[in-house]
Amino acid sequence: MTDEATAAPPGAVKKFMYINRRAPHGGNYAQEGLEVALIGAAFDQEVSLAFIDDGVFQLKTGQDTAAAGLKNFTAAFAALGDYEVKRIYVEAESLARRGLTADDLMPLMYEDEDDDYAEKPLIEIIGKDALADLIERQDVLLNF
Amino acid sequence: MKFAIVVNEGPYTHQASDSAYHFARAALEGGHAIYRVFFYHDGVHNGTRLASPPQDERDVVNRWSKLAAEHDIDLVVCVAAAQRRGIVDAAEKKRHAKDADNIAPGFRISGLGQLIEAGIRADRLMAFGD
Repeated sequence: MTDEATAAPPGAVKKFMYINRRAPHGGNYAQEGLEVALIGAAFDQEVSLAFIDDGVFQLKTGQDTAAAGLKNFTAAFAALGDYEVKRIYVEAESLARRGLTADDLMPLMYEDEDDDYAEKPLIEIIGKDALADLIERQDVLLNF
Repeated sequence: MKFAIVVNEGPYTHQASDSAYHFARAALEGGHAIYRVFFYHDGVHNGTRLASPPQDERDVVNRWSKLAAEHDIDLVVCVAAAQRRGIVDAAEKKRHAKDADNIAPGFRISGLGQLIEAGIRADRLMAFGD
């Protein structure tokens, strides 16, 4: 990364949510969306990610992109827990509609520094109404 | 109100850059401020000065350059997205040993941090694209 993060102004903490709506490898939105989440970590904001519609495929285990000649950037999702991302929301209806369950998703974890660095799951599967409420409470939304 | 704008699509194929431009003009005319316009994904293609659209058509790139000059607006092209797609300024030309640069007047290449910072500093972040 050639990125140089500038420090956030003191006191300004906003709720950022990155909403991922597309399957992972049919275009660059997903990969470049993940890059925003990783860079955003340097700014000490309250960051969460949401996966809706075909976006839920981004978190599928066992992705193999070799035959398509693509880099499997989804391996980097495992790093999100180290990048100040505390919550990844996956919309239950989107999962069910695609025949997926929680067992199909990567077992992403983070260490909770407020709980003696206990390892906790990063992914929470929630219904669309609950997710809509969460989206309503954000300050900044970016769709990828 | 202080707006930040993000443009996620390239010119002409998609309406996003046109809509963002008209939004910016209307906001300025309404007495609002534009903190920054950030170009991401294929949106970086809005920043090439080598575009030459037919003379009886709108010039999407030039329009942004003129708006930036008239209102001192910060037009930022994401460096990582630009490197993938061949949008190059003098520094990037040197760094990657390219034989040319193509950044349009009023645009600059910088990091994704500029997008996050714009989200923090502006009252509203307006995103244009799919």
